Amino acid sequence: MARTLFAKIWDAHRVASIPGGADLIAIDRVFLHERTGAAALARMAEMGRSLRDPARVFAVMDHIVDTRPGRGDGTLMQGGEGFITQTRAACKAAGITLFDVNDERQGIVHVISPEQGIVLPGVTLVAPDSHTCTQGAFGALAWGIGSSEAEHAMVTGTLRMERPRTMQVSFSGQLAAGVTPKDMILALIAAHGAGGGAGHVVEFAGEAVRSLYMEGRMTLCNMATEFSAMTGIIAPDAQTFAYLAGRPYAPSDFAASYWADLASDAEAAFDAEIVMDASALAPMVSWGTSPEHAVPVTGQVPQGPARAHDYIGLAPGAAIAGTPLDAAFIGSCTNARLSDLRRAAGILKGRRIAPSIKKALVVPGSMAVRRQAEAEGLDKVFTDAGFEWRMSGCSLCFYAGGEGFPEGSRVISSTNRNFEGRQGPGIRTHIASPETVAASAIAGAIADPRDYAR
Amino acid sequence: MSAFPQPLTGIAAPLLSDNIDTDTIIPSREMKSTGRTGLAGGLFAPWRYRDPDTRQENPAFALNQPEYRGAAILAAGSNFGCGSSREHAVWALAEYGVRAIIAASFAPIFRSNCIRNFILPITLDRAAIEALAGREVTIDLAALILTCGEETHRFKLEAEAHDMLTRGLDAIDLTLQQAAAIDAWTLADRSARPWAYLEKTQ
Repeated sequence: MARTLFAKIWDAHRVASIPGGADLIAIDRVFLHERTGAAALARMAEMGRSLRDPARVFAVMDHIVDTRPGRGDGTLMQGGEGFITQTRAACKAAGITLFDVNDERQGIVHVISPEQGIVLPGVTLVAPDSHTCTQGAFGALAWGIGSSEAEHAMVTGTLRMERPRTMQVSFSGQLAAGVTPKDMILALIAAHGAGGGAGHVVEFAGEAVRSLYMEGRMTLCNMATEFSAMTGIIAPDAQTFAYLAGRPYAPSDFAASYWADLASDAEAAFDAEIVMDASALAPMVSWGTSPEHAVPVTGQVPQGPARAHDYIGLAPGAAIAGTPLDAAFIGSCTNARLSDLRRAAGILKGRRIAPSIKKALVVPGSMAVRRQAEAEGLDKVFTDAGFEWRMSGCSLCFYAGGEGFPEGSRVISSTNRNFEGRQGPGIRTHIASPETVAASAIAGAIADPRDYAR
Repeated sequence: MSAFPQPLTGIAAPLLSDNIDTDTIIPSREMKSTGRTGLAGGLFAPWRYRDPDTRQENPAFALNQPEYRGAAILAAGSNFGCGSSREHAVWALAEYGVRAIIAASFAPIFRSNCIRNFILPITLDRAAIEALAGREVTIDLAALILTCGEETHRFKLEAEAHDMLTRGLDAIDLTLQQAAAIDAWTLADRSARPWAYLEKTQ
């Protein structure tokens, strides 16, 4: 019987069926971070439980680490240091491999997992972090869970799961110049709603997806959680295997027949299907307080919930382009990999951010990304343009009570969430691609990156 | 953790917006320790307080109104609990006293977190939720029936979750009873997929 890629991975990991309809699913990899992983480790110790296979559990300091050069355990967030020191102690006690604050491999969990070859096609990987779906770009079944489930996975090597439904989202045609994977996922969520993928594993397919480089596939899968999907997944291909082969925790090659079968069969049926025309997409930017509140940068603010208009301070009918900005942020597990920085730098080179931009940050997705960007001189492009160049971490993708944007700021941001208060109390966030962030920072107002292309 | 109250009766506090996210339920800045407690004060902080620092209340927010203060049941819109996977959102709700949430739909990670913490997620259609919001409802978990005045709604809950909530079971304890099956599966899998296993590094 024809099966989807999801079904093949699920069936290969089913340890047992649980009476009532759930399955006991084997988990190959668990990745923790200091913000929510520490809670799972603390509880595990409190309950006197131990890890089933510590060699397959990893942890990183990324969420609340300081991103200013010269950093240590101290953070601007009150009490933040406790998360770091407690996570370090708990990882040591449990025998977990930790990518610590000043480890050269440190970075945002979903950026360093592929860099280290921890995620692989066909594995199950979970982390107490909603953006774990990013790693579905490698053909893994990777999804976010809570701390209790993380503890369950570490202690038992399994999770008790209801089998999700499947959805195929196919992007036909090719993206136009200046349009990116970020715009693809924002267009999907704007068209089908922030709850549009609920209950489903979403397989991204179609010509535009197959043509995407690995980092672009990660951006696309990253926001599957913003679509309320359990996760996103893309069938691995030669590019996927070439990316991973020989990385520290990956096999040296992917020649075995097992790997070739990791694709949905031609006749496989999905529970739902959506087709999007990639060639018709434009750069997208959010106008409101949910990722579904996104429009083409050439468009107008539509009629939305009154609360969203009140918070963001934009009335229905207003042109989104030209909205004045106070700050700009390039970072996050969505858009802070090398290709993202190269594209933003391409727009910023030889230009300056507008005087009205009071804070502008570039926070690389990993220290490896930072080193490579420096080798290419990108750091100089950013600092010459007026951006600060930081160490890696999640930084101001969310506000933890430490560093923030100036009060009342309107921010253009390459991140994934434009919720009320996400980047700080009263801060108004517009999410967009790194190119759009760069162009808008130069303009001092939301701008179409195609007007700044070289 | 105790089993679910049978029946649970209370006023369903109206929080009827769609896409209420976990940053709103518990902002990151309110997660001050690696523990699971001390979170109820930060619940809905951006909406509940005029000033989160001084905890000066916003009287317009439902849970600050006398009839809804300390509500055990919430009535919400669609995609409730979207965003961050932080289980702190559910721990904060539980500590505040919430035992059931009625919504048009739930975000998946949040819903799983609810079940692990014995909060009952009930999905009903929007019209039914709007009709019962602000009124007294009775939830019969055993029968999977919610009543509000003359209205009766059957709701669905997967058998596993139903059992967990009814009996107050710990999922890890339950799974550890299947340790022999997990061991046998792992042994076979190690030969089938040796690459999926790793040697201890540092």
